[in-house]
Amino acid sequence: MNNEALKELLYKMADDQLILGHRNSEWTGFGPLLEEDIAFSSMAQDKVGHSLALYTILQELGEQDPDTVAFTRNAEQFHNSLLTELPNGEYDFSLIRHFLYDTAEALRFEMLTQSSFEPLAQLSAKIRGELRYHTMHANTWIKQLGSATTESITRLQKSLEYALPYALGMFEKSPFENALISEGIFAGEQVLEDKWKRKVEEVLAQTQLQLPAWDTITPHLGGRVGKHTEHLQPLLDEMSEVLRIDPTAEW
Amino acid sequence: MYGGGNTFEGIKSDELTGEDPVKLAEFEARIERGEKIEPSDWMPKLYRKQLIRMIEQHAHSEIIGALPEGTWITRAPGFKRKMALMAKVQDEVGHGQLLYSAAETLGKSREAMIDDLINGKSKYSNIFNYPTFTWADCCFISWLVDAGAIVNQLANAKGSYGPYCRALDRICAEESFHLKYGHHCVIYLASGTQKQRDMFQEALNRWWPPMMHFFGPSDKISVHTEILMKWKVKMGTNDDMRNQFLDMYVPKIWELGFTIPDPNLKKNTETGRWDYTEPDWEEFKRVINGDGPCNSERLEVRRIAEERGRWVREALRTAKTEYVTPLA
Ligand SMILES: [Fe+2]
Ligand SMILES: [Fe+2]
Ligand SMILES: [Fe+2]
Repeated sequence: MNNEALKELLYKMADDQLILGHRNSEWTGFGPLLEEDIAFSSMAQDKVGHSLALYTILQELGEQDPDTVAFTRNAEQFHNSLLTELPNGEYDFSLIRHFLYDTAEALRFEMLTQSSFEPLAQLSAKIRGELRYHTMHANTWIKQLGSATTESITRLQKSLEYALPYALGMFEKSPFENALISEGIFAGEQVLEDKWKRKVEEVLAQTQLQLPAWDTITPHLGGRVGKHTEHLQPLLDEMSEVLRIDPTAEW
Repeated sequence: MYGGGNTFEGIKSDELTGEDPVKLAEFEARIERGEKIEPSDWMPKLYRKQLIRMIEQHAHSEIIGALPEGTWITRAPGFKRKMALMAKVQDEVGHGQLLYSAAETLGKSREAMIDDLINGKSKYSNIFNYPTFTWADCCFISWLVDAGAIVNQLANAKGSYGPYCRALDRICAEESFHLKYGHHCVIYLASGTQKQRDMFQEALNRWWPPMMHFFGPSDKISVHTEILMKWKVKMGTNDDMRNQFLDMYVPKIWELGFTIPDPNLKKNTETGRWDYTEPDWEEFKRVINGDGPCNSERLEVRRIAEERGRWVREALRTAKTEYVTPLA
């Protein structure tokens, strides 16, 4: 099996989960209603938990331990998509991001239940049920807020248009696409992107939100190769603030 | 966590006049027999009023209490702590949700309660008006403030109002995990490097006075609450609760090799109770009346969160059919 290709795939998935989990956790105490505080915290816990599981698989492939990998790398060493690192903004943006990301997340893990790489197939099968709740949550809210008041529709529309180029960046191709596909590890970003577009269209069609034509959107790329926005490094600095007080200590 | 409920108002002598004496006697007999009062049962106006006040304070304490620890979620050192702290603070918000629902059974809406929190009319536990400067402050809260909360909550769970007691049973089960998590964090600081030990000692020095305040004013100076004790609204005196906390946790703190910043703190072998320097109750009053280090910050955060979320709550109340033409 092509280890390099495999690691690249695992890193980008783990980093996505960690960074968006971190962002989701920032809603704790600040949500528009208590129920949403709690929901975003649940999803944050799931995502951070998934990142830990993925980093653990990486460790078995010879990488460093999950705490070191997650808490000590610099922004250029992260492979998360730009979408995940953007600040939470208002609830409309967080919700739209949650919808766009989690739709892709659920499809990606669904595809990976078929992976020839057994540990990843097993993990995907295990968390598939959890992810269904995330998309159910996203779809429910998008449908409600995307059809309710002038303000809610306008806000969601604006955030949708802002987020879409970043969302397409999730499917930035890896230099190992062919290897991943031919070895049956992962069916590839293009397949995922197509499935994702159909799903997004299907949900948005049930709202009053307008989806721009796909060919008018230019993807924001770079995250997968370590080229990030100015938002990632401060997030990482904050995340490692306590650990850096004494990196040799146990906390 | 929790700490409110200890700031009871003095009861005016006329607050019980006008109650039907037969119903009142029946009500008191039920409580005496250990029965629970349920939302649709008859209850004196004063009972309702004091319970709303207490449960509401408790609920506010949970959601305001989520803030000082919540700011450490993004900084928690390592996966294990990060995941546990997220879950813990989420629990606290969930406690708030449960308690608002319990208070709503008495006739005050969650919106009205949150409005009163923001406009300063209703209180929350004083201890959350102090800042968490370091990770060790956050660990202090998770262990010892939660420990204090458990002392209060276990007592209150034996009270007379059914919905509140049932909420507390669920809450207490979760709190015991918080306590374990907090204790575990502090053990790691205690057995860690000098820097880590110093961090916790400094946190302990900062947090000891508010921790002593946590259980409310000394019985010698607090308002008379006999009737609330009789109705099983208030389940123990402030000094009893404080003493129980000291009994359970001072030995554990000493065991870890830390110094509690009160030279007079010792168990009195004659009375079986703890001697300590009387906390500064003037400071307590000042802080609870709004003049603590973080009061305005905490309320401001809550106010802004409510404001930013208003459009969401409005959109939830709106029927989908209200808009017939697309907005494009
Ligand atoms: Fe998700
Ligand atoms: Fe707690
Ligand atoms: Fe709590």
